[in-house]
Amino acid sequence: MTDIPSDASAAAPSTGEEGAAPRARAGTLAGDGREAVAGARSGSLPGAADPAADRAAERRRARRSRRYRRDVKWSPYALIAPFFLFFIAFGLFPLLYTGWASLHRVELGSPTDMEWVGLRNFSRLMEDDFFWNALRNTFTIGLISTVPQLLMALGLAHLLHYRLRGSMFFRVAILTPYATSVAAATLVFVLMFSRTDHGMINWALGLVGIDAVDWQNGDWTAQFAVSSIVIWRWTGYNALIYLAAMQAIPNDLYESAALDGASRWQQFRHVTIPSLRPTILFTCVVSTIGATQLFGEPLLFNQGASPTGGSDHQFQTLGLYLYEQGWFNQHLGRSSAIAWTMFLILVLIGLLNWAISRWIRRSS
Amino acid sequence: MTRLKKRGAGRQLHGGKVAYAVLILFTIGSLFPLVWTAIAASRNNTRLAETPPPFWFGGNLFKNLEIAWTDANMGTALVNTLVVAGSVTVGTVLFSTLAGFAFAKLRFRFRGLLLLLVIGTMMVPPQLSVVPLFMMVAEFGWTDQLQSVILPTLVSAFGVFFMRQYLIEALPTEVIEAARVDGASSVRLIWHVVFPAARPAMAVLGMLTFVMAWNDFFWPIIALTQGGEPTVQVALAGLGRGQIPDQSVIMAGALLGTLPLLIAFVLFGKQIVGGIMQGAVKG
Repeated sequence: MTDIPSDASAAAPSTGEEGAAPRARAGTLAGDGREAVAGARSGSLPGAADPAADRAAERRRARRSRRYRRDVKWSPYALIAPFFLFFIAFGLFPLLYTGWASLHRVELGSPTDMEWVGLRNFSRLMEDDFFWNALRNTFTIGLISTVPQLLMALGLAHLLHYRLRGSMFFRVAILTPYATSVAAATLVFVLMFSRTDHGMINWALGLVGIDAVDWQNGDWTAQFAVSSIVIWRWTGYNALIYLAAMQAIPNDLYESAALDGASRWQQFRHVTIPSLRPTILFTCVVSTIGATQLFGEPLLFNQGASPTGGSDHQFQTLGLYLYEQGWFNQHLGRSSAIAWTMFLILVLIGLLNWAISRWIRRSS
Repeated sequence: MTRLKKRGAGRQLHGGKVAYAVLILFTIGSLFPLVWTAIAASRNNTRLAETPPPFWFGGNLFKNLEIAWTDANMGTALVNTLVVAGSVTVGTVLFSTLAGFAFAKLRFRFRGLLLLLVIGTMMVPPQLSVVPLFMMVAEFGWTDQLQSVILPTLVSAFGVFFMRQYLIEALPTEVIEAARVDGASSVRLIWHVVFPAARPAMAVLGMLTFVMAWNDFFWPIIALTQGGEPTVQVALAGLGRGQIPDQSVIMAGALLGTLPLLIAFVLFGKQIVGGIMQGAVKG
């Protein structure tokens, strides 16, 4: 690959130089051939306009080939420049500066006045019960929302993989929640999870003889309700990702399994699942990352969209806690410390994932 | 039977009654909250506080939509979101294609290192940059201006990686070599060779980016205010804060904010499903 651009740039000038010779010859055919060729070489013959024009043409050609070489050499940098310009300004720099800010006392009112405090923001965090509460909630809500979501998605993908009438309709239908924003979905679910018996869900429970549940104020009920929004929005999306992976499994695997007398369930268990392992791992990672940042659902699920995550902080996630510390308690420095703690957790998850995928690869 | 055998043993079997029943159940589950949003938006606040909840449309839909449009600033919000999501999509697709092509097919210094940087930051959550971004916006005086939400999301590491993965296979190196030998400049090469080859992936990336930008929540509610220049999500968050206590108006707002993407889903559902499945295989 290294050779290609340099080869091309070497080829370009040579064609240019060779191109010059025939044209000079052609131009002199009208007059004395030999003289003109000599003139073209020495450039000293007077009278003919040709040599000067030739020199100009040659210079032009040389310039063009120089430009061409420059183009080939520098174009890769020009191509990545716009991306990296924005990426550094709004991605990389803020990422690192968050680390710097986490070592300072920064107030919301005057975010540019920073006072060095060392690791105090982090130590304050470790002493704060609400931090541990938020960490716990993020973990449990993540678990309640991710595990059923991915299991249902797997089942759905399996069903969608059959030959079905209207299969495209089913696919589009289960994907529509993905098009619904967190805000819109949560506002609707808040109304459906309304505490009194006129809420849709409590009314439905009432039909089967279960008393109205105060969804928002219970510990587990609130976490379940918040998780249900996540599940609703992402199950169909993940099902389509699994379906795409299932369609890539070669049919012979199933054929030989069927020849060995494997039932449909056994085929699913011993052919489909092992083939989907990388995809399953991928969706687990993406869902985990999503769960770590969970923010909009618990914010808007709360009364008046306050960032406390319920009257008792029972569904306050890390994302919400960060927002509360920074934009309500006005401690941007502490907010930054929370952000970096979240980042460390994600790195830990990443390492774990890497170890698991290595272990899977070695065992299979 | 013979047809079935030809298609392979287990897979392409017709779905049984149970399969259809389960799929219909999930379809209802997926669509019901959306349909009910419209039902609730067509009622009024008192009706929504009664038992049982309404299951059919009332006559207040247009009145509620109008209140949401003006009082909840949804009209401005829709225009703003269109501007934001549109520019972010164009920027992301264009810059990702250019950089993705460079990473896929060209050799340059630090290529491996830079690519590693891109991949390494692909999954970094937005929470990690929100405090410095807030400082920058305050410093530049961009509070409540649309560029404060456009610029930080104008490029995406995922986009670059996605385009790179696609172009490695979709664009044969010989084609680039041939164009170079013919003396094509980089601009011509990109216009006549790279863009045509990348078009399918650009469409998928554009669609994913547009949906993501339309629904972006965390950073916009920090950078924008509901009374100023909100995006749809910021305006909806304002409704969630109880700015208008009428539940049917809140539902009308949610409906307005979702409708454009839902219409796109009805029109291009097949392509969107195909795009997501394609993206899954590549990514």
